[in-house]
Amino acid sequence: MTKLLEIKDLYIEGWSEERWQTIVNGVSLELNRGEVLGLIGESGAGKSTIGLAAMGYTRNGCRLASGSIKLEGQELFGASSQFLRSIRGTQIAYVAQSAAASFNPAHRVIKQYTEAPVLKGLMSQKEAERKAVEIYERLFLPTPEKIGWRYPHELSGGQLQRAMVAMSMSCQPDIIVFDEPTTALDVTTQIEVLASIKEITEKMNKAALYITHDLAVVAQVSHRIMVLRYGDTVEAGETRELLKEPKEQYTRDLLSVRSLREEKVETEKDKIILEIKDVDATYTGREKVLQDINVNVRRGRTVALVGESGSGKSTLAKVITGLLPAVRGSITFLGQELHPELRKRSKEDLRKLQMIYQMPDTALNPRHRIRTVLGRPLQFYFGMNGKEAEDKIKELLDKIELAPDKYIDRFSTELSGGEKQRVCIARALAAEPELIICDEVTSALDQLVAEGILALLQDLQNELQVSYLFITHDLATVKAISDKIVIMLNGRIVEQGGKQEILTPPHHEYTDKLLASVPEMDPDWLDHLLAERASTFI
Amino acid sequence: MLKLLRQSPLSARIGMGIVLLNILTAIFAPIIAPYGETKVVGDVWELFNSQFFFGTDHLGRDLFSRMVFGARNTIALAFATTALSFSFGIVLGFFAATLGGWTDQILSRIIDIIMAFPTLIFALMILSVVGSSVYSLVFTIAVLDSTRVYRLSRAVAMDIEVMEFVEAARLRGEGVWWLMRHEILPNAMPPLVAEFGLRFCFVFLFIAALSFLGLGLQPPAADWGGMVRENAGAITFGIYTPLLPAAAIAFLTVGVNLIVDWFLRVASGLKD
Repeated sequence: MTKLLEIKDLYIEGWSEERWQTIVNGVSLELNRGEVLGLIGESGAGKSTIGLAAMGYTRNGCRLASGSIKLEGQELFGASSQFLRSIRGTQIAYVAQSAAASFNPAHRVIKQYTEAPVLKGLMSQKEAERKAVEIYERLFLPTPEKIGWRYPHELSGGQLQRAMVAMSMSCQPDIIVFDEPTTALDVTTQIEVLASIKEITEKMNKAALYITHDLAVVAQVSHRIMVLRYGDTVEAGETRELLKEPKEQYTRDLLSVRSLREEKVETEKDKIILEIKDVDATYTGREKVLQDINVNVRRGRTVALVGESGSGKSTLAKVITGLLPAVRGSITFLGQELHPELRKRSKEDLRKLQMIYQMPDTALNPRHRIRTVLGRPLQFYFGMNGKEAEDKIKELLDKIELAPDKYIDRFSTELSGGEKQRVCIARALAAEPELIICDEVTSALDQLVAEGILALLQDLQNELQVSYLFITHDLATVKAISDKIVIMLNGRIVEQGGKQEILTPPHHEYTDKLLASVPEMDPDWLDHLLAERASTFI
Repeated sequence: MLKLLRQSPLSARIGMGIVLLNILTAIFAPIIAPYGETKVVGDVWELFNSQFFFGTDHLGRDLFSRMVFGARNTIALAFATTALSFSFGIVLGFFAATLGGWTDQILSRIIDIIMAFPTLIFALMILSVVGSSVYSLVFTIAVLDSTRVYRLSRAVAMDIEVMEFVEAARLRGEGVWWLMRHEILPNAMPPLVAEFGLRFCFVFLFIAALSFLGLGLQPPAADWGGMVRENAGAITFGIYTPLLPAAAIAFLTVGVNLIVDWFLRVASGLKD
């Protein structure tokens, strides 16, 4: 029997620094019907590139250098673009990382589903729509007979991602390439999407390549796992075996990072630097997105603000920074009440309250050199210029563990994601703040890189006694760094307290759900959880 | 900067060559031109011969000399106008985008009103009121042209304005001017520069249209657009004369756009 997909000695090159550089280094893999292969590695490991290459496609500026890609015995390497077009969608389909960015916002979801099969002449519009509804139902989308007629912005992130999975099924392909389909989602929605993917691969007997950087996630859905690093295969094997006995050090590193760190117990002695009292906020003037928020942050401590997307955690950050003035309540910062509006706050207040963002790519001006990025706050707040500023910038770069001379004149676009995030941290530190709001600072980063960032934040806190308000949906991060946890749902705080107190049962019902949703390395975890939830909900 | 020039691709060098040639011609016009700008030296619409390189125009003036002098008026005028219209358009557009709310509403509605009039009619109206001097010409065309630049820069700035680095600057407490100048402008450059190349060429044509209606550059001053108009009748007789100034416009346009293309590639930071 021919393998469904067989990639042999694949080399892919990318054009950078004026020459072709190898980004995938002789990778071989095969995939049988009904099998899921997990590709795992940090960014730059070449996993997405391999996923796309399985469709005979490369990104702009990349090329397939040598090797062979056989899809059901047909060679894709060097095949005509017409032939490739005919197999894409119908034999092999792709699910992108960010469904929100991949849907065309101007068309209804179902229209984007039916587009491919109708275009390829496989079904009529009516038929395709009927099929779509069927699949929406299989993927547990709410009101499957109606949901397709909504526009992408009317669906939540998890729903969109499932609609995207449905879309990949529209032409009944044999293989689906999932490229980090749950990375942008929070834990509770992630489970819905994972369940959908399992439904498709197991019950409909499809093969899949599952690309991710999260070992715990891939453990749930894949039969085999392949670990990649810098375009090389580190190791490959059956999921259970690989998790039980990883052969390579790198795989062990990936497995071991989810560990707890000790908590600094909050005492009354620590001064309260931020006190949020009875705060309400609204975008429209009517519906309240935040209600009765009461949170305290003490000096040198980390408060984690946890909840799924839409729970209002980022909105709270906006209220604190003054971008969205609170309609009720007060925010006291360092003993003085902050004006609700950003424009009315003093420079000193602004300086002492800094923010670090989720996406380091958009948080740094791509046209500024690191010198400007870090120099501006120094100039703005402290009037530093010339030599003095230069020394300070170098000192800051030293603090964030980037070699000053190497980085000071680079543009942010010339940095990796982790390095960018470090620069963002340095920018916040440049202002010598008392409190830094960290908005999902690690969720766009690879596991090991994220670990590095968290460790850096921890060190800086020990050194500078700065406080963090850590907004996140990732409970692993929370476990790793917080002293106090605040859990939010639908704009309200459902539970708050010290880390141990929150993480040890009994929990609030919602806290329980959140905690249970964090994937564990156990390959049976998802099945158990789904079975358990099914039995309790019926 | 020098390093950048040395790395420039062939197309950009050709473009720079063309623009440089035009500028030199404009600067050294009196030396290059064999005859005076307005002097009648031969018969009407003579074909090219050893005496007159490009032949003569509808009044018997040397076409080559007029084109050389025309380069001065045309390039200076087009450049000044486009630069001015971009300054207006970008500043106002960015203002509207960064401040939003009422500022945006009021500015945008005023621009809408200006845009509602056909440009040519509006220009005629203004010029007939303020009189047709070179300055009023430049100013009028710049203002009218800036409406489109405003639209573009506002749209571009709105996209950039929602990025987190702008929010970060706002939270730092930066003023509007810094946001516009340092955060938004550098990122808005690629589309704006592309538009600049295009607008630059349209200005020739607009000045030509105004000249034709007697409100542009006043004859006998030479400008390329005007020369096309003046000699348009020759086409009927199969005489190529009007094609030459038209070709000069096209030549310069291509040159400018070759540079703009290169600049875009550099500015957008795309390496592939």
